[in-house]
Amino acid sequence: MITITDLHKSYPPRNARGTTVEALKGTDLTVADGEIFGVVGQSGAGKSTLLRCVNLLERPTSGSITVAGQDLTTLGEAELRVARHGIGMVFQHFNLLSSRTVAENVEFGLEITGVDRAARRARSAEVLDLVGLGDRASAYPSQLSGGQKQRVGIARALAGNPKVLLSDEATSSLDPETTDSILQLLKELNRTLGVTIMLITHEMEVVKRICTSAALIEGGRIVESGNVIDLLNTPQSKIAHALFPLGESRGEPGNTVIEIMYAGHLADEPIVGRMSREFGIDVNILGAAVEVVSDHRVGRMRLELPGSVESNAVPIARLKDSGLYVEVLEGAL
Amino acid sequence: MNVNWGVMIPILTKAVGETFQMIGIALVFTIVFGLLVGVLLVSTDEGGVNEAPFGSRRLGAIIHAVLGFIVNIGRSLPFIILMVVLIPFTRLIIGTFIGPTAAAVPLTIAAIPFFARLVEIALREVDTGLVEAARSMGAKRGTIIWKVLLAEARPSIVLALSTSVISLLNYSAIAGTIGAGGIGDIAIRYGYQRYDNSYLFTTIIILIVIVQVVQLVASAVARKLSHR
Ligand SMILES: Nc1ncnc2c1ncn2[C@@H]1O[C@H](COP(=O)(O)OP(=O)(O)OP(=O)(O)O)[C@@H](O)[C@H]1O
Ligand SMILES: [Mg+2]
Repeated sequence: MITITDLHKSYPPRNARGTTVEALKGTDLTVADGEIFGVVGQSGAGKSTLLRCVNLLERPTSGSITVAGQDLTTLGEAELRVARHGIGMVFQHFNLLSSRTVAENVEFGLEITGVDRAARRARSAEVLDLVGLGDRASAYPSQLSGGQKQRVGIARALAGNPKVLLSDEATSSLDPETTDSILQLLKELNRTLGVTIMLITHEMEVVKRICTSAALIEGGRIVESGNVIDLLNTPQSKIAHALFPLGESRGEPGNTVIEIMYAGHLADEPIVGRMSREFGIDVNILGAAVEVVSDHRVGRMRLELPGSVESNAVPIARLKDSGLYVEVLEGAL
Repeated sequence: MNVNWGVMIPILTKAVGETFQMIGIALVFTIVFGLLVGVLLVSTDEGGVNEAPFGSRRLGAIIHAVLGFIVNIGRSLPFIILMVVLIPFTRLIIGTFIGPTAAAVPLTIAAIPFFARLVEIALREVDTGLVEAARSMGAKRGTIIWKVLLAEARPSIVLALSTSVISLLNYSAIAGTIGAGGIGDIAIRYGYQRYDNSYLFTTIIILIVIVQVVQLVASAVARKLSHR
């Protein structure tokens, strides 16, 4: 649905003494149809720049952006405006027009595309119902709570039936409970409307709650990207570690440290106890976490086994046989 | 104080009518051109919706700089000097420089840059996020200017307008001293030259009442328009 290839974006220096800021340095990214794709990264990593490039609010210095099969970077201004009708956007600070009622805000995009008044009214009522604000159509944004404002923002973005929804920190100005309900709403809309969602966030919790795929951006480059469950199966994955922080404990020198990942029914099994019993070894748990990720119950554990890797070959093979994902962490770790 | 109301009331009524006439004419042109200049000042600035008219950033920068320069000239001349300088111009378009209609010319020229700067301030106060949201929906530049910038700035623009009306009232009194007629003319001719304080005080009271009413109405309208 979205394909970003070798995207570069640099901002020219603000004044004679300033330097050029290279916000994106060759970013590649693919968002599949119907995904909820999360982009995470530290402040200044280039997340917002990347997202704003997707609908060309920011024109990239080079590279291409294809949305729904159309290369946006080749479009002229008028064609680009039309293409934007198919890409909804939700903002951290809602960006609702204070001079318009809720319904009028939702209708704004339809006004732009020239939909007639009656059809606009009908459509705004429909999407407002969808986000649970059917009864607030004639309120002004200032009369709404933050969560309600964001629902209006989402309704506005959806009014034109876009294939893609972009969201830059849509929940970052909301309290945890409201964040929860907005995330639920996005997930629901993704499921019922099939709209592809690309969202930017600095909260791993958001990825954990709703994302099917995620990418990590560092210094303007995507350093990791993929299906969330696959990433969790990759012990070196920085995203997986951020989702499941296991701490920094490394174990004693000479011992073997392994990390295991388990999903589904395996999460309910007494893995450590069974291993100690079967092989008569003292397993030390260095870190562990069990959580629900994209509707899967997933656990991750870091274990310390006494002795070298070789001496633990049999128990490790046994763990692998039982369907667990096992990674032997090198001594250098 | 011996006041002959029978004589004074018709004189004052005529004067107030003249003042309203010159301010009214000036106001119409001030609104049209002040809004236009204010919008251009904001939109041709860096990051504005017209920062690159016809695809040229340079052209945007030039328009912005030239407009800013002209506006500043308009703002730096004291009104009385502006009026004298504009006498040939006023004669050219009205045929005379005497009377309220003629006075509307320098009043307009003085008020446009003043109002334009206030409009500029009002438009700059509109959150850039709103413009971004409109752009993300595929809005044209004209739509952004009308439906986002001007629509959101409406309350501030109404207040800017009242400030401009009050300035115009002030200027119109000065215009009165060189043949425009109006309330200022009465205050000077009767109050100053004939030492008739009753005229002076009455005109002061009229001016105070007009300013209060203008401000009250503007504040009420602005409050009604604002849904922040
Ligand atoms: N309009 C701009 N002009 C100049 N530099 C910019 C501009 N926008 C962003 N940058 C720079 O580009 C880099 C990436 O910024 P960006 O806003 O994309 O980061 P971010 O990952 O969204 O950060 P945050 O989490 O703080 O929002 C930063 O170094 C920033 O200073
Ligand atoms: Mg950002």
